[in-house]
Amino acid sequence: MRQTSLRLRAGIVSLAILLIFGLAWHLAVSGTGPAQQMDPEYAKLMGQTAVQGKSAMPGPLDVLGKIWSHLKEPFYDRGPNDKGIGIQLTYSIGRVLVGYGLAMLVALPLGFLIGMSPLMARALDPFIQIMKPVSPLAWMPLALYTIKDSSISSIFVIFICSLWPMLINTAFGVSSVRKEWLNVARTLEVGPIRRAFTVILPAAAPTIVTGMRISIGIAWLVIVAAEMLVGGTGIGYFVWNEWNNLSITNVITSILVIGLVGMILDQALARVARAVSFPE
Amino acid sequence: MSAKFISIEGITRRFQAPDGGQTTVFEDIWFAIARGEFVCMIGHSGCGKTTVLNILSGLDLPDDGAAIVDGKAIEGPSLDRAVIFQSHALLPWRTVLGNVAYAISSRWPKWSRSQVEEQAKRFIEKVGLKGAEAKKPAQLSGGMKQRVGIARALSIEPKILLMDEPFSALDALTRGTLQDEVRRICLETGQTVFMITHDVDEAIYLADKIVLMTNGPEAMVAEIVENPLPKERDRNQIHRHPAFYAIRNHLIDFLVSRSKTFKSEIPADYDRRKPPVILPQNQPQPLPPSHEAGRKVA
Repeated sequence: MRQTSLRLRAGIVSLAILLIFGLAWHLAVSGTGPAQQMDPEYAKLMGQTAVQGKSAMPGPLDVLGKIWSHLKEPFYDRGPNDKGIGIQLTYSIGRVLVGYGLAMLVALPLGFLIGMSPLMARALDPFIQIMKPVSPLAWMPLALYTIKDSSISSIFVIFICSLWPMLINTAFGVSSVRKEWLNVARTLEVGPIRRAFTVILPAAAPTIVTGMRISIGIAWLVIVAAEMLVGGTGIGYFVWNEWNNLSITNVITSILVIGLVGMILDQALARVARAVSFPE
Repeated sequence: MSAKFISIEGITRRFQAPDGGQTTVFEDIWFAIARGEFVCMIGHSGCGKTTVLNILSGLDLPDDGAAIVDGKAIEGPSLDRAVIFQSHALLPWRTVLGNVAYAISSRWPKWSRSQVEEQAKRFIEKVGLKGAEAKKPAQLSGGMKQRVGIARALSIEPKILLMDEPFSALDALTRGTLQDEVRRICLETGQTVFMITHDVDEAIYLADKIVLMTNGPEAMVAEIVENPLPKERDRNQIHRHPAFYAIRNHLIDFLVSRSKTFKSEIPADYDRRKPPVILPQNQPQPLPPSHEAGRKVA
């Protein structure tokens, strides 16, 4: 009862904040400034800001209209510089999932190795410590030079940035499996493979999934920047392209969509985390 | 002592000390356990009781000497020797049934799923947890968790049951019930048991023989006390047995004073390989029973 009423009240407050913000936004951009006298030919180039004194910043209604038009036709394709936002998102999500999946394939087994072997943990530690703080975009030139394909290069950048949190968390989770659980497996003469899957993996799973959740968040942050850099396709490219088109409405729409997709990815991993967690 | 089913022969265990030297926890320990015997080991913290048990379980190896079971030296953990851990050590992501079944399918990998479950259910019922099969350990009380630990250990039908202070984390009432049940089950199956405790009354109630360890480091077996109480004993009646206070006082005297002083006044005829076997009899008591009753060694 208390729980629902709290949720309800929070929802009302959220809605109120949204309305106030929307209203303030609407009022802020609806005013007009001084219009300038100019040659009609020149005025055409300058747009409404100069001619009518109208703000170039779109209002909330413009953005809603834009979102509606994108929703109506998300997958249109009218040449390389005019594709629907759905197509762009599909490219971005695809790159993130491929890079992230490759990072998983490397980070989980390697993390297991590091977690189980104190020798490997120490030997690999300096490399991890130096590579971890490097911005993944710093790898971009190297990737472009060696791979010679912008799309695969952005996948590589996603791979690199997803790698570290997963690797470090897997190694930590595996190395901190409780001794008593391992002793149970030892006294039951459980073989190394079965032990890895029936004791170490379930025990370390919550820590590993936490690392995966951090990784997917970073990957989604990085893909926008990577696509801005390499261009061509993807939501990051879309944002930059619309900036060049001076379509602030599309830029704002993209921001909302990027946030939404990021949230969905994070919630998906949160669900996995809940599934593998265990109370003690 | 008829057959030496388990024979501890001159085991020594040393640990690396922080200053770079070595600490000898215990040295040159000898004792034996016959088939079907219930043996308790008593001593203060730091005398290496748990290390002795770990060596018997195969989780730890002695630096010197050997622990021999059924004519073979222990080289590692074995399904023939089940361990009940002090902290119950259940896998929290598995249910009660899953925890017991895990042990059973480790013991008999070829068994079908239904066979494993049937065996698991039988032992869960034996420890009085029928109906809790689908619960996770987190949903159980401390006593129930330890019951699962006991069911898991017994379900693989081990030759030897090793218990490391299994009841010390439980409240007095639960501890009593579990002691009764463990005693009943072990008597029924003629289980060979080695148990570590520092509860004198627990040792008197459960054990056939009690191994007394002097204080560590460099602990040794001071003596082996034969329990003068009959094998058939009732927890509520044992204190009326004429020899009860004899053994109780003997054990408490040892823990209070002799465990410290034993090493400095070793009897001339003491032989590490054959520690003296003592059978406390109804001797004149050093203190009136009322004074001693209820005293417990922590």
